Amino acid sequence: MADMSPTKTPMPTLNPTERNKNFEEVCIGYSPEMAVAEANRCLNCKNKPCVSGCPVNVQIPEFIEKVKEGDFLSAYEIIKKTNALPAVCGRVCPQESQCEGKCVRGIKGESVAIGRLERFVADYFIANGIEKNPDIKKNGKKVAVIGAGPSGLTCAGDLAKLGYDVTVFEAFHSAGGVLMYGIPEFRLPKDIVKKEIENLENLGVKIMTDMVIGKILTVDEIMDMGFEAVFIGSGAGLPMFMGIEGEGSVGVYSANEFLTRINLMKAYKQEYDTPIKHSKSVAVVGGGNVAMDAARCAKRLNAEHVYIIYRRGEEEMPARKEEIEHAKEEEIEFKLLCNPVRVIADENGKVKAIECVRMELGEPDASGRRRPVAIKDSEFIIDVDAVIMALGTTPNPLIRSTTEGIQTNKRGCLICDENLKTTKDKVYAGGDAVTGAATVILAMGAGKNAAKSIDEMLKNNSK
Amino acid sequence: MYKITDKKQLNGSVTCLTFDAPLISKKVKPGQFVIIRIDEVGERIPLTVSDFDAQKGTLTVVVQAIGFTTKKLTALNIGDGVLDLVGPLGLPTEFGNPKRAIIIGGGVGCAIAYPQAKYLYNMGVDVTVIAGFRNRDIVILEEEMKAVSNSYFVTTDDGTYGRKGLVTEVLKELLESGNYDLVIAIGPVPMMKFVSLTTKPFGVKTIVSLNPIMIDGTGMCGGCRVNVGGETKFACVDGPDFDGHLVNFDELIRRNGFYKEEESHKCRMGEVNNG
Repeated sequence: MADMSPTKTPMPTLNPTERNKNFEEVCIGYSPEMAVAEANRCLNCKNKPCVSGCPVNVQIPEFIEKVKEGDFLSAYEIIKKTNALPAVCGRVCPQESQCEGKCVRGIKGESVAIGRLERFVADYFIANGIEKNPDIKKNGKKVAVIGAGPSGLTCAGDLAKLGYDVTVFEAFHSAGGVLMYGIPEFRLPKDIVKKEIENLENLGVKIMTDMVIGKILTVDEIMDMGFEAVFIGSGAGLPMFMGIEGEGSVGVYSANEFLTRINLMKAYKQEYDTPIKHSKSVAVVGGGNVAMDAARCAKRLNAEHVYIIYRRGEEEMPARKEEIEHAKEEEIEFKLLCNPVRVIADENGKVKAIECVRMELGEPDASGRRRPVAIKDSEFIIDVDAVIMALGTTPNPLIRSTTEGIQTNKRGCLICDENLKTTKDKVYAGGDAVTGAATVILAMGAGKNAAKSIDEMLKNNSK
Repeated sequence: MYKITDKKQLNGSVTCLTFDAPLISKKVKPGQFVIIRIDEVGERIPLTVSDFDAQKGTLTVVVQAIGFTTKKLTALNIGDGVLDLVGPLGLPTEFGNPKRAIIIGGGVGCAIAYPQAKYLYNMGVDVTVIAGFRNRDIVILEEEMKAVSNSYFVTTDDGTYGRKGLVTEVLKELLESGNYDLVIAIGPVPMMKFVSLTTKPFGVKTIVSLNPIMIDGTGMCGGCRVNVGGETKFACVDGPDFDGHLVNFDELIRRNGFYKEEESHKCRMGEVNNG
């Protein structure tokens, strides 16, 4: 009989007023007892609505059954069958709009905490398990993957397991993509990302860093090197700016720059050389996960005031619910239904304030969300010494501009068919490079599907 | 690890470093840059390529030791290496088809102006070089520049060598007395600003090479954004060369000073560490 408690087993977290001064992981994770208790809330539904909400098709009720039995290692094996990066997904997936959003328990009360259970199982394995490398029969075919982010790593892992000789080309000096440069340590410890990448390397995946494809090598040159297929998972890395007055002032930066300095370059640690500004009062513009991450990082760098400025309301925020809650607990100040109109600089060109206008919600727009409209004469000024733009990103043009035969839509996203094949023969793509900025798990799902398509194509070709 | 195969001290603070980088040396063109990270705790810094040899597989950068990382870099010796060397980044210089060109190098900028002069001179273009320095002690690449130019002028701020004054004075006289169809200026941002202001009334195409703050060099951080003709451009992917008549230099000067306080703090630490 299932435990009919209407609420999830709470996630133990660090104290908000202490944690907002360091970069330690906020969520401590379930104990085995908590995990079993939470697993017992699962009804083990026959039609498994949760699974339909998972982009990589994790067999959720099956792994939860194993958790109920206390057989955490078997639970891990079940997750690992379809999810290459469980410790990552358990932490960063927007479960409320995926698996947990479909959970029957969510109709009356809270859904089963599937994400927390996945994380528990993955962490339990990292602490207690030994990664068994499947017996791989090498088929001697070479496949290249461009970009060592969530989609590329997933694609590489799946292809390696199928016997392909996979090389991943990464532009940065370390693999992981957004998992390394974007998502902060306090939400996704980098040791976990490194561990997952190590697991891939143990499968035989080769990772070449410092390789900016489109510059050092083109896609065609990669094909000429004997790679029989290419997967492009180069992400959506180009930051957007608002185009408002004063945006060129000293102290305005993209969330990408701010987060990369902190997460990848470890600028918050004394022993690292990359500089970072410790601002007193910071405005972060945007309402997604990246905005929450940037705001919470700014707070951890000792800012007295950190504002989230978002043109719609909290309901419309694209960030994960948990991130919004954590940000509020950490004393991030939310300025909702507000939109910046200009950045005000002092006589030296340094940011001293941001002027905003109040907004109200009108008719729904193309995204289905109600469109924000400025309220006349409602301008007001917030004193800040830094402005961080977290408005979203667009795909990087380096590959499309150097690859003959590859087509993009007007937003610069690569055009793919239902098998994730681009308009160029033997070249596949997935993740943000195809969809525009989305989530880690959608990118992983795409990497998985592309691996399947590549395998089918190469098998057919050799017949 | 990318090994240093050659090192030359050009003056008290400017060092020429050659790296073993076979892949990049085959791809790089004049005007492009690389990003270097010395070690695991190092920052990523952009450096314009000043020479390369595809046959030998080497690539040369000229570094002025002004900040923490450039000091750390120039302290390395032949046989030492850097952990990361990424490139070639940015777009190559688009020279067009000039007949008479003036190449201006300011200080260490001469090291990057040199391959431009060399390229044009070898193409048969009439090349005039103006090299500007603060004083006699820091003059670099004089013989090299003379070898790839039809005429060579050198200026120093204090008059200890060549002509006393700024490069813009020589430039103005040249433009008034003859016809030129291209000016390339590489050096401190204020110098590039005043060169562009000088050439503007003459309507001569002016290319400047910018070196703003950046991290990744692939368009990702947006730190290197510059205002060019009212549009936001990223120096790493749209540049580093831009039309000098369109660049908002004042904004660039302000933005380049952003991490000065943090830098000077680190630099002092560096001096202590290096004894």
